[in-house]
Amino acid sequence: MSNEKTPILEIKNLKLWFKVYKGYSKVLDGVNITVHQGEKVGIVGEAGCGKTTTVKSILGILPEGQYVIPEGEILYKGEDTLKMNSRQLGKVRSGEISMIYQEPSAALNPVFTIGQQMMEVAKNSDQGKGKTKAERREMVLNAIRDVFIPDPERIFDYYPVQLSGGMKQRICIAMAIMTQRDLMIADEPGTALDVTIQDQVHKTLDRLVEERDMALIMITHSLGVARELTDSINVMYAGTVVEAAPTAELFRKQLHPYTIGLMEAVPRLAGGGIQAGIYGSIPDYLYPPKGCRFAPRCPRATEQCLENKPELVDVGNGHKVACFNIEEV
Amino acid sequence: MADNIILKLDHLKQYFPAGKGKDGKPLFVKAVDDVSLEVKQGEIIGLVGESGSGKSTIAYSVIGMYEPSGGEIIFDGQSVRKKGRPMKIKKDMQIVFQDPGSALNPQQNIGEILELPLKVHKMCKNKAERVERVKELLRMVELPEHYMYKSPASIGGGEKQMVAIARALATDPKFIILDEPTSALDVSIQAKIINMLLKLQKEKNLTYLFITHDLSLMRNIADRVAILYLGKVAEIAPAETFFRRPEHPYTQMLISSIPVVSEEEEALKPAKIESRGEIPSPVNIPPGCSFHLRCPYVQDICKQDDPVMVERGENHQARCHYCGVGLGTPNNNEEETK
Amino acid sequence: MAVSARKREKELKKALAYEAHRPEERSIGSFKEMRKENLKRAWYRFSHNKLSVIGLIIVVIVVLAAIFAGKITPYPEHAGAFTDFANSTKAPCGQYLLGTDNMGRDILTRIVFSFRGALKMAILVLVISVPVGTFLGLLAGFMNRTWVDTVIMRISDIFLSVPALLLALAVASILKPNLTNSMLAITIMWWPWYTRIVYGVATSCKNEYYVVSAQLLGASKAHIIFKEILPNCLSPILTKMSLDVGWVILMGATLSYVGMGEQPPIPSLGQMVSDGARYMPDQWWMTIFPCLAIIIIIMGFNFMGDGIGDMLSKGDSKYE
Repeated sequence: MSNEKTPILEIKNLKLWFKVYKGYSKVLDGVNITVHQGEKVGIVGEAGCGKTTTVKSILGILPEGQYVIPEGEILYKGEDTLKMNSRQLGKVRSGEISMIYQEPSAALNPVFTIGQQMMEVAKNSDQGKGKTKAERREMVLNAIRDVFIPDPERIFDYYPVQLSGGMKQRICIAMAIMTQRDLMIADEPGTALDVTIQDQVHKTLDRLVEERDMALIMITHSLGVARELTDSINVMYAGTVVEAAPTAELFRKQLHPYTIGLMEAVPRLAGGGIQAGIYGSIPDYLYPPKGCRFAPRCPRATEQCLENKPELVDVGNGHKVACFNIEEV
Repeated sequence: MADNIILKLDHLKQYFPAGKGKDGKPLFVKAVDDVSLEVKQGEIIGLVGESGSGKSTIAYSVIGMYEPSGGEIIFDGQSVRKKGRPMKIKKDMQIVFQDPGSALNPQQNIGEILELPLKVHKMCKNKAERVERVKELLRMVELPEHYMYKSPASIGGGEKQMVAIARALATDPKFIILDEPTSALDVSIQAKIINMLLKLQKEKNLTYLFITHDLSLMRNIADRVAILYLGKVAEIAPAETFFRRPEHPYTQMLISSIPVVSEEEEALKPAKIESRGEIPSPVNIPPGCSFHLRCPYVQDICKQDDPVMVERGENHQARCHYCGVGLGTPNNNEEETK
Repeated sequence: MAVSARKREKELKKALAYEAHRPEERSIGSFKEMRKENLKRAWYRFSHNKLSVIGLIIVVIVVLAAIFAGKITPYPEHAGAFTDFANSTKAPCGQYLLGTDNMGRDILTRIVFSFRGALKMAILVLVISVPVGTFLGLLAGFMNRTWVDTVIMRISDIFLSVPALLLALAVASILKPNLTNSMLAITIMWWPWYTRIVYGVATSCKNEYYVVSAQLLGASKAHIIFKEILPNCLSPILTKMSLDVGWVILMGATLSYVGMGEQPPIPSLGQMVSDGARYMPDQWWMTIFPCLAIIIIIMGFNFMGDGIGDMLSKGDSKYE
């Protein structure tokens, strides 16, 4: 297992509030996630559970002045990115961590060619700094070739509109892997694509991350995607990690009632109908439940769940769960 | 009512002009190209396809947003077009759109939205009766009555979709087109909505034309499934057979691309075939079989002749030259031809 | 970009202090309460930008001042054909806060009274041009890609291509130069802006599924135009209207500057500026104060317009 390796990223008890009408929306409520060197970690959860907010806070790219972080730290290679100044953060963004977004067309500037945009990335990267223009161009072409796009010379002069969604996402991946990075954050990279194209993009991503021994944080709402692409999974609900386990272990046995509900709601290729789903909806972050945030929807909630917030505890096999009633589950 | 055909598409064609080609001839997007389909009363038929497959276009042609370029749409024994559609048919056929955010007018409250179909089709005698009926509709989709005072902006995506379903039910229709009703929603909400739709279908003996890109979802709800690729039906079969024995290489590719959550499902995937290539633009459909650029079993004939539908068992048809003959061995390593 | 550590610290303290004494959640039980809540939320959005609030205050002051001009000004009689040559061209002092003009009239009084003409002009121009422009825009937008669309939009293009000020000057010089005629001229030029805005909203609205749904249901055209599309046009219209008040006032001031607006002795800002210009730079107060008044009014309406835009924008409500 990857446990012997050193953690490259540790998010410890991260809390984050957004300033909103009538107060503060407590979006993240103690997120704990650890990513080891070369490990592929999935963050799975439904819309509005704070997946994207979590990773955006790593890179400090949330709207400035609209949020506060009352508690927690994000240690990247031992240093807290929350305490970094903008120069240090810039360095992390340009040389250490890369990110791929859900909407590839929004991530590429429509008025520059693919080549111009990628050359810019190459120029600002640590590896590209001392190089000549021709060398940097070679770097870019190699990156495009790496993501399985034939004829990189031609693509180099294309504008983003001339490419299909799948191609654009590949270009985004190419940009992210062009220079040596240690961590890649992929925020639902396949969600906007068709299933056959999504499959190709995921496979490309997977292969490249593996080849370069990068760590990957894969954000997805789909358990199926997480199962195919990750080594371990963090299931998030309403701003907390409710269950974390190595992927195989999680699919062998789910312990948290939310994970169980989520798993049941996935339509199966094998048939057998659709389960009932999970009663209710995610809480209002302005007035979140006092205890466990899942308690109002939980079929097994007790007095204790309404009063106290359960901690994420290890129950063996690297399987951690934040629930008071796992024995009964 | 066993074999009552409620909707029949007879060689439906839907072309849209797309400027002129290099030789000056007008170009067309062949969004739907010669699709024939029969829908029986009380069944759920699924249309599956990726973007550009024409699945939504079929829905929009049937509901009357487009005038068909060719072929016929026969609903309840009556040929219908966009123009001059009788009110009776506008009442009997309803649609639920994909994007619940855009389906409800943000400037109206839920009550007003649900009242509109009642007013238009004069379903109620007076205001009081309409309010009663609106409450009943909300109950039907399991929403509390006081939602009628809310505005669409103040409720969640899933709830919006339930209101959209309630609006479709308001006219007591026979036939509802569901255009990706849950693709913008989370799985737990999807499960709730799908269950509700299935319950309503049974209670009211409705017929659904269910459009989605999600094969696993289709597997669990549809009686019959049709796979579309670039405006043509590639394969059509009862849901059960479909997943047991997919015949068309495209269907196999689709199924093998689905991310699944259990070993049991993994076993169902045709493992040999790997997804590759891009979906061609519908303006520029390749000659021969439109799938040949991506097909791992491609032979010379596929590049020239467009295959026709062949019977592959009871109610099972596929459109491939080699379905009956055997596909041979897949050629997964072939370089992409682009 | 990154805010300094100290600022972040301050923000955090504020947040913690707020959360420690946060008001309890109130559930909304009735339609009335919900409306109240919506108003509060609208005010929150509006007041988010301090400039909008300043704009609103300016507008309120200007409107009140215009209404009660006779009561609040020190020398209401100076608003007319009054002369007091003994006190002419006096610099600002305790008796005449903003000084007097060449006829000895109090500038402050005349400025306040000139608000009346300015507002009257703005209101009348908008009362006529907004409904006309809106209706034509709705019609063209709904009949998108038909001859109705073409005719309405091309006519509006023709009007837009004529410089408004020139036409206003022409009309005012052919007819009698007075407020009514200049207003008429401006109104003729103003409606196409609303037609354009509404046309844009209506054509995009027409493709929204709620309009398509209503059409497929068989709802009448009148219902679709007025009940489905029109309410969605209101927010851009309101925003533009409040911005336009400033523009119309500016246009009116320009017209009266060249003598085509309100005729003496009724005070108007443009005319005061032009009269005073002859006494520059020695009697600067005669020009500078009316100028400032124009600037402040226009700024006020523009800031308020931005605030209304913020308030009505459906935009990113997640963090609002």
